[in-house]
Amino acid sequence: MSEPTGSLPVLTSLDPCEVERIRRDFPMLRERIRDKPLVYLDNAATTQKPLTVIYALQRYYTGENASVHRGVHFLSQQATVAFERSRARLCRFINAADPAEIVFVRGTTEAINLVAQSYGRAHIGSGDEIILSHLEHHANIVPWQMLCEQTGARIRVAPVDDQGMFIMKAYERLLNERTRLVAVSHASNALGTVLPVKQIAVRAHRWGARVLVDGAQAVSHIPVDVQDMDCDFYAFSGHKMFGPTGIGVLYGRRLLLETMPPYQGGGEMIRSVTFERTTYAEPPHKFEAGTPNIAGAMAMEAAVDYIDAIGRSRLAMYENQLLVYATQTLERIDGVRLIGTGTPKVGVISFVMDAAHPHDIGTILDSEGIAIRTGHHCAQPVMQRFGVPATARVSLAVYNTREEIDTLATGLRKVIEVFT
Amino acid sequence: MTELRKLYQQIMLDHNKQPRNYGRLENANRDQEGHNPLCGDRLHLYLHVDGERILDIRFEGSGCAISRASASLMTAALKGGTIADAEAYFADFHAMTTSSPDAPVDTDRLGKLAIFAGVREFPMRIKCATLPWHTLRAALKGTDTTVTTE
Ligand SMILES: Cc1ncc(COP(=O)(O)O)c(C=O)c1O
Repeated sequence: MSEPTGSLPVLTSLDPCEVERIRRDFPMLRERIRDKPLVYLDNAATTQKPLTVIYALQRYYTGENASVHRGVHFLSQQATVAFERSRARLCRFINAADPAEIVFVRGTTEAINLVAQSYGRAHIGSGDEIILSHLEHHANIVPWQMLCEQTGARIRVAPVDDQGMFIMKAYERLLNERTRLVAVSHASNALGTVLPVKQIAVRAHRWGARVLVDGAQAVSHIPVDVQDMDCDFYAFSGHKMFGPTGIGVLYGRRLLLETMPPYQGGGEMIRSVTFERTTYAEPPHKFEAGTPNIAGAMAMEAAVDYIDAIGRSRLAMYENQLLVYATQTLERIDGVRLIGTGTPKVGVISFVMDAAHPHDIGTILDSEGIAIRTGHHCAQPVMQRFGVPATARVSLAVYNTREEIDTLATGLRKVIEVFT
Repeated sequence: MTELRKLYQQIMLDHNKQPRNYGRLENANRDQEGHNPLCGDRLHLYLHVDGERILDIRFEGSGCAISRASASLMTAALKGGTIADAEAYFADFHAMTTSSPDAPVDTDRLGKLAIFAGVREFPMRIKCATLPWHTLRAALKGTDTTVTTE
């Protein structure tokens, strides 16, 4: 194929052979569950891990294990270099301006709690307002409620329409001079809806409010550029992007991180300590008290390399095609009602069925080796908004295939068969 | 399919579709909310108790097939019986659902309730079956707060 000179190569989705090769990188995908090949469609909860990530953990513990930022000995220096290299890699991954803007945390939940307790307690006071969207995960609700209890600030909720889409006009009306912070997810874990975070940020900044984006469901599915988005904070978890549990990232604008008080106290985060007075290290170390998850950081680097080797635009394109296929497949099944049909979406489909409660759907699919999530998805306000106690949720990753969607459809027909 | 068929037996499917004793009980003198926060199942149990006797018992709520059928079969078993009977059923039901999947089931004592032995193969679903029973326990004790399975 010849391309016109000087133009970028045309992006294409992944072909079935590439997906097959990708599948071979994930040992878990070879597992059999209840004597059936595993069909893993619960990627919004956590993704499976490729061998490169597993090897990164193993390599560290078998040949490199030492603490960081402390020893003068060889291994400690090597570990420090590798730890900081991972930080720089993550900085490039989300296009942050400076590696100092990458704080290693336990995951999205800790990242948001850090911002609430450090930035929030310093800058948000009685009568101030925090805007959340109606689509938030409990991790982006409860820390703000705790802050409100401590400070007397209050939460306002930006509504979504019947398709689960963010209503920009309604949000604009909520903004005012008391708005200090807007905290929204980049993509909803319950419905998959992608929020217009860039437009949300522009409007918040006009009122001088800061913007936190919960990127847990976005980073491994769509390209993320924090400078283009112009958010002030961006939070995500390693385990939802092919990395291990127990590690994640808080991105914070450097100027903000510098003005924020520490979150936890201890080793690593200090410059000097006497019993009278402690001075703190610069960001990001100021926010990384204690020995960090070093192996996790190394595995995160491997995860990011893995994603970028596929290419995030191609990956997003493939997942979107699969989402369209899965949506059409589910819509053709009698008595299936999809919840959250707005676009754009990441590969998440929430649904209910006339024939059965989500829990029964989950159990019957499980007996077919199909893993989906059922329940409220830690987003009870979303369930309330759509008037359902729970949904069944299928969530895709790059290694899922059309054949797996067909298996899912067969499983759902079995649900109908059992219940009628 | 066999484990699944043991779980979703015909009696259970029938009670799920056409639950017995469903709806509010107007002259209830005990009532209790039960909630399974993990899956969002909610149950409201109403009893009309006279001394030692459960004259009437009904339930309302939204839940999965297992919790609905369990509530339906429970109310059918307890209606007209004594509180002591109810306590005995609770104990037997509890013992069954917490026993290992291959332990024998006392069908003489449990009657139709024995169909819930199938949940033992599905640990995540045991609470669906026991929610109505825990709610009953609380109703008889007269606690005011919503009981939860957690
Ligand atoms: C949108 C969203 N935010 C936050 C979280 C919390 O992530 P973690 O449990 O990794 O801290 C999740 C994951 O469940 C999520 O989907």
